Amino acid sequence: MAQLTEIRWHARAGQGAVTASRLVAETAMDDGQYMQAMPEYGAERQGAPLKAYTRISPEPIEIHNNILHPDIVVVLDDTLLEVVNVCEGLKETGTLIVNTRMDAEEVRAITGAPATVKIATVDASDIAINTIGRDIPNTPIAGALAKVTGVINVESLKKYVEKSFTGKFSDKVIAGNLASVDRAYQEVRA
Amino acid sequence: MAEVTVLAGSGDQMVAEAFRQANPDVLPVYPITPQTIIVEEFDKFVAEGRVHTEFVPVESEHSAMAAAIGASAAGARTVTATASQGLAYMWEQLYVAAGMRLPIVMANANRALSAPINIHGDHSDILGARDSGWIMYFAENAQEAYDDTLMAFRVAEHPDVMLPVATTLDGFITSHALERCELMDDETVAAFVGEYKPEHSLLDTENPNSYGMFANLGNFYMETKLAQRKAMEKAMPIIKAVGEEWEAISGRPFDVVKTFGVEDAERVIVVMGSSTGNCRAVAKTLREVGEKVGVVSLRVFRPFPAEELAAALKGAKAIAVMDRAETVGGEGGPLWQEVSACLQSAGITAPVRDYMYGLGGADVTLELINEIYDDLKTLEADKAAGTVPAVTYKGNR
Repeated sequence: MAQLTEIRWHARAGQGAVTASRLVAETAMDDGQYMQAMPEYGAERQGAPLKAYTRISPEPIEIHNNILHPDIVVVLDDTLLEVVNVCEGLKETGTLIVNTRMDAEEVRAITGAPATVKIATVDASDIAINTIGRDIPNTPIAGALAKVTGVINVESLKKYVEKSFTGKFSDKVIAGNLASVDRAYQEVRA
Repeated sequence: MAEVTVLAGSGDQMVAEAFRQANPDVLPVYPITPQTIIVEEFDKFVAEGRVHTEFVPVESEHSAMAAAIGASAAGARTVTATASQGLAYMWEQLYVAAGMRLPIVMANANRALSAPINIHGDHSDILGARDSGWIMYFAENAQEAYDDTLMAFRVAEHPDVMLPVATTLDGFITSHALERCELMDDETVAAFVGEYKPEHSLLDTENPNSYGMFANLGNFYMETKLAQRKAMEKAMPIIKAVGEEWEAISGRPFDVVKTFGVEDAERVIVVMGSSTGNCRAVAKTLREVGEKVGVVSLRVFRPFPAEELAAALKGAKAIAVMDRAETVGGEGGPLWQEVSACLQSAGITAPVRDYMYGLGGADVTLELINEIYDDLKTLEADKAAGTVPAVTYKGNR
């Protein structure tokens, strides 16, 4: 279990955190890893804060509980930083990735993340609007995650996005999503 | 040659795939969280023409089971799925299905019962139905939910069994989480599950027979119950044989009682369902530092695997039973009662402590399991000192 990676996602309902938790898990699975992806279900209502989880491991994963001590926390909405303690249980040497216009030090000041925690920021909403045409930051932030943590490979991510979107979305939407991954991969600041 | 597809599947999706591959004749169902995905996925298979099933969307779970009973008595391979209040609403019909010896296969996404209302996973619903005469499997993960559902057809429809089977998976934890799963190819599964050819059926007009007859005083009621008991007893070797057969095809081991570390374990936890892996993970960590701990998990609860359980627990010095369903007012939870009776019959005198955990989906942390293993170190002395409550709640505020 030494190489188990645990990711916790924070978002507001409707922003695609559940999809992102699955996208990352399934990308890893296509690369031969074992995975789990699960949302924390409550009363579903648009805009409410929610959590989702992803586990990735080269070995079968046998534990089935919520992730309390994540290696990585991803926040899809920076208005949550003041509402939810996104750093709760985050490992001291963990990574915090936030969709925001702020820089890392501003995020550190708001969240109180210890200096040992690596913080990365990316304006995934702006990227999504300019590539996909809508503020759905989940695909681009997966690209940022690939860059900052290496837990998934960015080429595998794009391959998976293309494979899973084909037949469901137009070529334009697929191209936009792929471009969003590239841009976030390049623009994330860590 | 068996061909396996690796896919990201939830427990509910995998159950729906198993249903599709078994290609039932009739599926009457009412959707209820957290079973809903099974219904949605299966409905898609119907719409796509991938199954020949008569899909019957009914107005309640009571009707779902009533329709299933009618269809099964008519000779159809019949499946349904439910959870929680839905299973509770089926109650009287569950006994009818079993008493009429109908091989219905039902998936239950184990969930808490109201009140207070709670949509999350525990075993209150299914263990409440433990005396209804259904065979019961408990899956640890999505893969087992798939495997159990496929095996269920073979067991239910076996001429020496002819009993309904409930294959269960823990609500949300297993029903909704995505995991890496292996799907066997349709032909291999079709050959394994086989066709259902009922010996008797209502629609066999050449050989007319009746179902659910009046059996009042002196008129075969006790004999019918005894026949059900005997069929349950006969089911155990068939469950094992079918499990072995599927193991040979799938490569995944099947045991009615799964064990870890019991060969030399002094402290053992008995558990069912999705928390099994949590216990195993903690036990592995503890064994790495030389602690003699083990895990026993029941994959089959009805028929109760008493012999296998006793064999797994014979070396234990202290035993914890983890109950995920209350029996308010009972001396201990339902699993504790069964385990205690089994140990008594087998002459095993190790002290046993009952833990109530995970009710209404309460998180089952590894710390919680660690605490239970810790408790077991001094269980004998604590019992002698009278400091052990009948039931110990874990993970509550």
